[in-house]
Amino acid sequence: MLTKLLSGDMPRSPVLTVVLVAILIGLAFAPFLFPGVRSVDTAARICVFIVLVASYDLMLGYGGIVSFAHTMFFGLGAYGVALASTHMGRGFDALLVGAVSGALLAAALAFIIGLFSLRVRAIFFAMITLAVASAVAVLVSQLSGLTGGEDGLSYKIPRELGPAFKFADGEIFGVKMNGKLLKYYLVFGVSLVLFLLMLRIVHSPFGRVLLAIRENDFRAEAIGYRVVHYRVAATCISAAIAALAGSIYAIWLRYVGPDTSLSMEVMIDILLMVVIGGMGTMYGAVVGATIFILAQNYLQNLMGSAASAFEGWPILPDLLNADRWLLWLGVLFILSVYFFPTGIVGRLRGGK
Amino acid sequence: MSAAPDHTPTIAQASLSQRLAPYAPVLLVIGLMALGLMAIPSTSSWLTLTVSGLAMGMMIFIMASGLTLVFGLMDVINFGHGAFVSVGAFVGVSFLLLLENMTGAPSLALNLTAMFVAILGAMAATALMGWAFEKVIVKPVYGHHLKQILVTMGGLIVVEQLIIVLWGPEEIYITRPEALKGAVTFFGAAIEKYRLVAVGIGAVVFLAMRWVLRSTKIGLIVRAGVENGEMVQALGYRLRLVFVGVFLAGSALAGLGGVLWGLYQEVITAHMGNQSMILIFIVVIIGGLGSVEGCFIGALLVGLLQNYVAFLEPKLALISNIGLMVAILMWRPMGMIPVVKAK
Repeated sequence: MLTKLLSGDMPRSPVLTVVLVAILIGLAFAPFLFPGVRSVDTAARICVFIVLVASYDLMLGYGGIVSFAHTMFFGLGAYGVALASTHMGRGFDALLVGAVSGALLAAALAFIIGLFSLRVRAIFFAMITLAVASAVAVLVSQLSGLTGGEDGLSYKIPRELGPAFKFADGEIFGVKMNGKLLKYYLVFGVSLVLFLLMLRIVHSPFGRVLLAIRENDFRAEAIGYRVVHYRVAATCISAAIAALAGSIYAIWLRYVGPDTSLSMEVMIDILLMVVIGGMGTMYGAVVGATIFILAQNYLQNLMGSAASAFEGWPILPDLLNADRWLLWLGVLFILSVYFFPTGIVGRLRGGK
Repeated sequence: MSAAPDHTPTIAQASLSQRLAPYAPVLLVIGLMALGLMAIPSTSSWLTLTVSGLAMGMMIFIMASGLTLVFGLMDVINFGHGAFVSVGAFVGVSFLLLLENMTGAPSLALNLTAMFVAILGAMAATALMGWAFEKVIVKPVYGHHLKQILVTMGGLIVVEQLIIVLWGPEEIYITRPEALKGAVTFFGAAIEKYRLVAVGIGAVVFLAMRWVLRSTKIGLIVRAGVENGEMVQALGYRLRLVFVGVFLAGSALAGLGGVLWGLYQEVITAHMGNQSMILIFIVVIIGGLGSVEGCFIGALLVGLLQNYVAFLEPKLALISNIGLMVAILMWRPMGMIPVVKAK
């Protein structure tokens, strides 16, 4: 049963098993284990980013394709929900329409970009996605009539998912049985399903062919697989799942804006999570996203206190300023690509 | 004995389209200018737009040329190239701010000297940085595209953040040297003086680069290295050394481009390199990865189109470049002047 659910990909390392089970339990019971607005918010963010990073890994780790447009697909899903909720009124039908149309649009866009660039060489894809994604980001901030521009959009989601709705009286472990809890479990459930779906995909024959292409595309072509078809298909699937992740993030936040869904910073975060967690394994996304988001929330405070400790020194306080944490992440990123190309999960599994 | 069969050899001239094919990219630039002339109602505004388009194209070319050569020579794709643009701009502008009494004086000679000093300083700084970047970031990941993209992207982030540490997070506003402010009128069209300077510098850089690549020994080695690196090495040339040299030169040019771009925009931010990377990539792709001529023509196309479209339909300006890239890739999937590799 468990083997089937995980598509035969057991963690294969005692430490990794413990870590994964801990993350699963932590996320599954987050509202009860860590009450408080901020920690539940962090848990929901981790759920969404696990899906987002795993879908990116489907392209990068399994397909060997570098994309810089993943936030664009993420944003398509988020803006889909936002626009549908704004124009169709609050209701589950609006959420569904927004999510589905966002995912379809993302897949179609990925298909077009993929056809143009993957046909020639995979390296074109990285450059073209960078160009297209930045153009879309600027476009979204310019078309303020439709998208709210830099301010983004706030909208109403169904009443059943709000704190005012109570589906049962009383409290369990001090947690109110309200719509907020339902909303968290909606995010958690959708994320879990999507993650298991991706696990299924990478261990299907399709996923095996992707691995073969990553290792040696020339040979895969020679065996008789149409490399371009597989790469484009992987890109489309990945884009659609990223858009769905965007949709649930939009439901959770009840707000979309360029900063939360489209910006280059989010793209860099995704890259870091994939590399730190481990490319080419779905569990890498789980570990990477969890560690990164926890670090993001708590490391900045640490750096802030370190900066004040070095008050009066030249440059050092500036280097340790909490706003400069990207600098250190960048250094960490380069070092991990050099020395731990398989990431944390690869290390734990005792890979190369 | 039968008669010899009729045999009338003819030397068929290649059809016009066949003879024109190699020049198609150049004709495209001229065609675009003509199209602009037709679409834009007044000739004087067309002239203004064309000059600013050329100026923009030249600046993009200066920034992009290093990237395309580095790729052609060693198959290294440097996503951190934009970092050199930013650093060049910041160093150059710092020099210009130091030499304020020279840039503020209404004398063309003094102004140009100040600019020259700033450009030299910026180029020296970015060349030095390019050397370090090559050694620390690029060298360990030769022959591995995926890691190259990731690591150089990481390098870009680190350099961007270091710029913020050294120069502060605020954007810096800069005024152009006194003699380069304002515009000259030419056939009723107002043309900013600075744009003419940019076009001049761009043309000089392109011609110099062409001369080095075509008429010097080192250029010959570089061109041969692009076509077949292994053979050049077998003939006894240390291609690695050549590559480091090209990387340095490319970084220095990106620095020069950064100074020009910064003065053009009159404001510099740490993220300007990252933003310019978008145009640089479009240019490099439509020109054909590894081709300097293609890069030049692509840059002119992008610059002109962007200015024309921004005048006619401001909202479309951004998408116009993407549209141009799509159209050109449909026409020639490897870019306008594809680089043929002997493999």
